[in-house]
Amino acid sequence: MATVQKSGVPESGRGANREYQSSHEGFLRHRGFRWMKIATALCVIAIAAYFLTDPKPRPSGSTWVGYTLGTIGALLIVWLSLLGIRKRAITEGRWSLKAWTSAHVYLGLSLIVVATLHTGFQFGWNVHTLAYALMMLVILSGLFGIWAYSTLPSALSTNREQMTQGQMIDAIRALDRQLNDAAQPLERAQSDLVIAALDEDPFGAGLLRRLSGHYPQCATQAAIMGLAGEHDAASERVEKLLVRRKAQLERLRRQMRLKAMLEVWLYVHVPATMALLAALTAHIISVFYYW
Amino acid sequence: MAASGGEGEVVEVSVRIAIVGSGPAGLSAAGRAAQLGISHILLEKTDHLSDTIYKYQKGKHVMATPSSLVLRSDLDFEAGKREAILDVWDEQTAALKIDVRYNADVVKIEGEKGAFVLSLKGGDTIRAEAVILAIGTQGNPNLLRCAGAELPHVQYQLDDPTEYVDEHITVVGTGDAGIENALGLAADPAQGNVVTVLNRGTEFARAKAANVKLLQEAEAAGRITVRYETTPAEVRPGEFVLDTRDGQETIRCDRIIARTGSAPPRKFVEACGIAFTSPEREAFPVLSPVFETTRPGIHVIGALAGYPLIKHCMNQGYDVVEFLNGNTTLKPADEPILAEKFAPLPGKRGVAEWLDLFGSKIEIFRDISALQLRELMLDSDVQAFTRGQAVFERNEPGSSLFAIAQGSVLVEVSKDDPGITVPIREGSIFGEVGLISGRRRGATIRAAEGLIVVELSRAAALKLMATAPAAAKAVNRISIERQLLQIFGSGLTSEDVAELVEGAEVQEVRAGQVVLKEGDEGNDIYIIRRGSMIVEREIAGKPVFLSYLPAGSYVGEMAVIDGAPRNATVRAAIRSEVIRLPGEAFVRLLQKKPALLQKARSEVERRKEINSFIEGRKENFSSVVDMYSQTAQFLVDNGIGEATDVLLIDETLCVGCDNCEKACADSHDGLSRLDREAGTTYAHLHVPTSCRHCEHPHCMADCPPNAIQRGVDGEVFIDETCIGCGNCQRNCPYGVIRMDSVPPKKPSLLSWLFLGKGPGPGEPSKTWRKKHAEGAEQPKKAIKCDMCSGIDGGPSCVRACPTGAAIRVSPEAFLSVAKLAEED
Repeated sequence: MATVQKSGVPESGRGANREYQSSHEGFLRHRGFRWMKIATALCVIAIAAYFLTDPKPRPSGSTWVGYTLGTIGALLIVWLSLLGIRKRAITEGRWSLKAWTSAHVYLGLSLIVVATLHTGFQFGWNVHTLAYALMMLVILSGLFGIWAYSTLPSALSTNREQMTQGQMIDAIRALDRQLNDAAQPLERAQSDLVIAALDEDPFGAGLLRRLSGHYPQCATQAAIMGLAGEHDAASERVEKLLVRRKAQLERLRRQMRLKAMLEVWLYVHVPATMALLAALTAHIISVFYYW
Repeated sequence: MAASGGEGEVVEVSVRIAIVGSGPAGLSAAGRAAQLGISHILLEKTDHLSDTIYKYQKGKHVMATPSSLVLRSDLDFEAGKREAILDVWDEQTAALKIDVRYNADVVKIEGEKGAFVLSLKGGDTIRAEAVILAIGTQGNPNLLRCAGAELPHVQYQLDDPTEYVDEHITVVGTGDAGIENALGLAADPAQGNVVTVLNRGTEFARAKAANVKLLQEAEAAGRITVRYETTPAEVRPGEFVLDTRDGQETIRCDRIIARTGSAPPRKFVEACGIAFTSPEREAFPVLSPVFETTRPGIHVIGALAGYPLIKHCMNQGYDVVEFLNGNTTLKPADEPILAEKFAPLPGKRGVAEWLDLFGSKIEIFRDISALQLRELMLDSDVQAFTRGQAVFERNEPGSSLFAIAQGSVLVEVSKDDPGITVPIREGSIFGEVGLISGRRRGATIRAAEGLIVVELSRAAALKLMATAPAAAKAVNRISIERQLLQIFGSGLTSEDVAELVEGAEVQEVRAGQVVLKEGDEGNDIYIIRRGSMIVEREIAGKPVFLSYLPAGSYVGEMAVIDGAPRNATVRAAIRSEVIRLPGEAFVRLLQKKPALLQKARSEVERRKEINSFIEGRKENFSSVVDMYSQTAQFLVDNGIGEATDVLLIDETLCVGCDNCEKACADSHDGLSRLDREAGTTYAHLHVPTSCRHCEHPHCMADCPPNAIQRGVDGEVFIDETCIGCGNCQRNCPYGVIRMDSVPPKKPSLLSWLFLGKGPGPGEPSKTWRKKHAEGAEQPKKAIKCDMCSGIDGGPSCVRACPTGAAIRVSPEAFLSVAKLAEED
């Protein structure tokens, strides 16, 4: 029914000069799974090299295949750890952090194959195996990250219903002020319950609480239970407010839980990477030292 | 000499000059006549001098603009309170021995030069050799033109704003009168009035700058609500229905004060045998340079002549009497200003000759009086160019309008090849795109020969279009013609589209109003001039969103080509303006131009494909299409309809790391221009608080230093001339502009990473900023997204998103059902 024609002078039509129109693709699907294909190819080549050669006395890190895989693995590990800097250095140029993330994920996964073949399945209680174990820890935590990043955002979005975290806290504060006024006529025992609920810090609970989203000692819940038997107008009003507070609190708790899940793995992933870089350095130096 | 006659008996008076109206113009004329000893009479229909100013609000501050103009009158006038000015005039009228006759309402002027007979209400007659009409324009205020306008709570005058207490009052019109009434009503908070002002557009072209400033201050302080792009729809008792940019709205309203200007008391003037420049409602009488009308011996000065400023009126009163007294060498008071302006032009002409040349050559000046032209020239600039010199270059900022007085220009239409040019002839205008859209210059324009142009500032051009409808029509016609030539492509000439332009009609369309309805007959074509439209089809009883059309698109040609009824509904996404072209004329054009027909046919084919794609989907994918339609509607509701480029966040991918905000801050002096979490969401598609780079930016409307511009890539940005007034922040309906000062520089990323120095990536905290402030705090300025203009790689927010959740889209690309096909 219509033809789109740029207004103004054609050359300066909207966005005509710049390719800022970004493609709408997530980091896993980036450019039609480009990095997944590259990583798969890398794995296939590594496996082929491993099984097509028959080194004596046995496959290990000190054959030429082993050295090659080791070098690739070490370079990958260093490069992968640079994502943290890339993410924070907002320089000019045509880079995309999404492309980096995509490559980070798939190349990181390919390390499972590359590094394992590099070991030649020789493990022991030494610095070499320590580096391998740390690497696997990093990869496993990363796998959790992929799972979290690909499943939790929708839940986060649904839960917050256009509210920002600040607004959620404000909503609770507003209810708290109402509760404070409404609870004035209550008996001592009941007002103590309300006071306890008001004193409860939504951010006070520990990490495990936060991750589980389970709050058995919730003071607001306790106050609701405590007031359930009362039937005077004041108590019922307070109870209603408490129920609303509980609902808001639960939303905030779900928000905190999801955000914690999205971040918690990084507290393993990043320190483990640092340890891995140290162990890797020790591994490389010791290998060359004892050559 | 005359004296006022008693009641009942018929008195006849004979004078040399009869002056009708005792406003600043008439009073000044009478003063001059008295000073020169010419027999005269000043006829005033009320019982006091200068009724218009007398009716001003108590204590109103009367301004003396333009300040560059010298006052030439026997009466004094300087800016001050209404009462003081009237007192001075009363005193001086007495001192000068001016013959004033009060309660003298002239009903008829007969006779001819040298022997006029003026009949007054009541039967008295006055004989005069010459007549000066200085009756002003207040006689006929423009009436509200909507249902219910005759209700008693609609008034056209406000005598004393302190009369009204605890009322909801709506002032219609943002000229000086409207603004002053509103300010008066809201001046004392103890009165408890809730005052709303309706502005038809987004700017204040008709009001004095000082008044606009006061209004904006009152608005900022919350004392007055100003509604932009709003017009009255219906008056009801206690209520006022308004047409707004986003549809109809009803507000509480106990009193309406309509101040939408006034038309000259034209019937009376025309009955005196005086011709007007055009049949338009707001046209002015045709005048010679000595203010003589088409009826010899009758002169018109003051507001009736098209000049509403007091100083000008008084000067004209002085001048006209001097002319009548035989002083032919007298130059108008603004002569030296204009002479200085015209001095650099080649040709050694006098001011009058130049004005003559401009008035006769330039199309848009043709219907305005010599006086208006003088006034316009005071606000404008004249320039001469030699062959090949550029008037302006592509991408230069600028929103002024140029009119060619002599010579012609060549427009370099292609960016890559300056050899491809289109001529614009003498008398025409250019730069109108910048005027209408506020965008940068789209093409370089060079003088094709020796060139003299008049450059009208944006304000002057808007004022001309507002006061001279004929000029507005000319600008419209030229812009429509250019738009047609551009849309229908090369190979067409202005002669080809002349018929279309002739039949073209500009229509305002309310938000949500249907332009074309599916299934209707009709073959008119519509060009979207401003705003945007959405195209829908009814499929299985539900409207399915087909596409989004930005300004510059056209609709309706399918029916012309295949003769079928309309096959989709087109309605306005926001308040828009369309140009309606007659279908028959388009058919004839197609018959003449087979190439155009070919082009149109292939376009129709492409659209039929999309239609059949939708039809094909409706069984198996109806929920997908449904979802798409609802999402599209959500986006349009959130202002995407007027966006040119918008940041969206796919919340199925967003992990909430806020790296977009951090990247934004780190790319722009440490201040983020986006709030990711705030904003609305539908179906996991989130519209964060971030600039949409609107088609017609609300922020641009009232920027005193004109610091908000549109850049080459369509980005709307604020340049360094920002004075931090905050107008743009208040005008933005999406809340995307913040006022802040540039924080101190942070240590580098690596020294943060390894040494823990500084606050790290992103916007530094207030405490850190305070601790590290160097010297005096920087002034707060307006900050908004500039689409990372000048930064290689494009917007940082998108580049820095780790998961691909942040995307930047232009609505016409994103809101197309073709996207559905891509996704499968």
